[in-house]
Amino acid sequence: MNNKPNKNVVKYNKWGYYFLIPFFVIYTVFSLIPLFSTIYNSFFEHFMSGLKVIGPNYVGLENYANLLKDPRLFQYAGNTVIMWIIGFVPQILVSLLLAAWFTDPALRLKGQRFFKTVIYLPNLIMAAAFSMLFYTLFGKVGPIHDILFRAGMIAKDFDFFQYAGWTRGLVGFMNFLMWFGNTTILLMAGMMGIDQSLFEAAEVDGATSTQIFFKITLPLLRPILVYVLITSLIGGLQMFDVPQILSNGKGNPLINGHPTIMTLIMWLNQNLYSRNYGLGGALSVILFIITGILSLLVFHFTGKNEK
Amino acid sequence: MNENKSKGINIVVRRIIAYVVLVILTVLCLVWFYLLFVNSTRSKGELISGFTPLPSTHFIKNWNGMLHSTQPIVRGMLNSVFVAACSAALCTYFSTMTAYAIHTYRFKARKAALTFILAVMMIPTQVTALGFIQLITKMGLMDNYIPLIVPAIAAPATFFYMKQYMDSVLSMSLVEAARIDGAGELKIFNRVALPLMKPAIAVQAIFGFVANWNNYFTPALVLKEEELKTLPVLIAELRNADFMKFDMGIVYMTIAFSIFPVIIVYLILSKNIVGGVTLGGVKE
Repeated sequence: MNNKPNKNVVKYNKWGYYFLIPFFVIYTVFSLIPLFSTIYNSFFEHFMSGLKVIGPNYVGLENYANLLKDPRLFQYAGNTVIMWIIGFVPQILVSLLLAAWFTDPALRLKGQRFFKTVIYLPNLIMAAAFSMLFYTLFGKVGPIHDILFRAGMIAKDFDFFQYAGWTRGLVGFMNFLMWFGNTTILLMAGMMGIDQSLFEAAEVDGATSTQIFFKITLPLLRPILVYVLITSLIGGLQMFDVPQILSNGKGNPLINGHPTIMTLIMWLNQNLYSRNYGLGGALSVILFIITGILSLLVFHFTGKNEK
Repeated sequence: MNENKSKGINIVVRRIIAYVVLVILTVLCLVWFYLLFVNSTRSKGELISGFTPLPSTHFIKNWNGMLHSTQPIVRGMLNSVFVAACSAALCTYFSTMTAYAIHTYRFKARKAALTFILAVMMIPTQVTALGFIQLITKMGLMDNYIPLIVPAIAAPATFFYMKQYMDSVLSMSLVEAARIDGAGELKIFNRVALPLMKPAIAVQAIFGFVANWNNYFTPALVLKEEELKTLPVLIAELRNADFMKFDMGIVYMTIAFSIFPVIIVYLILSKNIVGGVTLGGVKE
């Protein structure tokens, strides 16, 4: 067939615009306009002082200057990254291991469907409820506390949520549980896409399964690993539900008066509630820029993969 | 011979290790829900006196306690079902329509539109929340479901999935054949394209429903009226309760009420869900 557009096809092509109308109208109203007005807000002094509204007065980049001088920005960014790492490191290691096992034809694991179903399950649980559940299970009258107490491992009045290490660890652990199944399935898809003859050739040459994993699977999987890493980092920056509910929005426990599980989005949320729009706007824009840079990296790496 | 034998043993050992790790992970994934189930069947007194691994007999009592608690939990669940179902329906229908526009037609702005949608795919809703709330307030839509449901029409990630799937199932010859039969463009979309997309729509409807069901950030900002609140917002409020005085059996029952329906539906549909994760995922 020839590719020259004939008159008939051209006549239909205007329908492309019609079908795009819902998306673009709704996106503009509910995302684009809010995005621009958020950016606009970041240039104004606008907050509540008691019951009095201050501003909006144009202050240029002052909100950004204040934000970058604010030690909280780096503390909360640090909290976010620490909890992300606590969850992500086991997540990627366990997922790689499981994906390698599930796709290894020599291993012939039985019950794969069952295991995949189980490990994906936590991903669908309401994070708010999951966090609340952990709060009750690990709380002072909770069953985990009781079991560990009876085993003589902790004292009666021990409180997990008074220790930064435990609380951050639990947030990271919940993130791990919620995401390792998802990552396993993504990595499996990547591994099954690898040319099987490479494995066979390596086996004929006498390579061990460990050698095959490190010398063939891992290098060929790099684009997907980068994709998983960066999308997980973008997701990590948005960490909110779990620490918010675990600490009732306060980010406790405190160390030297600083909340240790307060994340950037929890801080943004606080500013939205207290109507501190100048600071909230500047914080949103900074998060927007970081996410943008990370997204460009995703496109860069996965784009290369295609060629 | 010898080498083969050691290789055989090797495989058996590796298999055993794999099963042990998988069983440990299975327990790690499920034990929380088992504890939740056990504790939702126990009375206030039993819960304070310590943990037992077996369920007790107060399930009905806690259930009734939850129904008559100060929080409108059942109402919250109905609200959640309504919001999630409407969002999922709008999201899948219009994302398929957007994908159809890009897939089927060759118009001037096609490339630009596609690039735009892909570029905005990663923007988190949180960074636009400030402007969103201001806009909603100005429009008088606070305490209204419209700002929770209607934005689902523009879902870049769902669009991307639909487009990937459509590229593999919808050939132009089908569309042209329908045109020759005299069908209009909207009718072709509804009667030819949409039915072909059913598997992808099913997967995305499930994901869309679950994502909205679990959504906490936006509903917490928009919904202030007790009767309108969705489940996650109510669950978050539970955290304020004084656990020394509060009946913990009811707390557990409420959490169970928001988790177990999802687990049951998931187990019924798990084949679609686990398979669907990768369908349109990593490619491109």
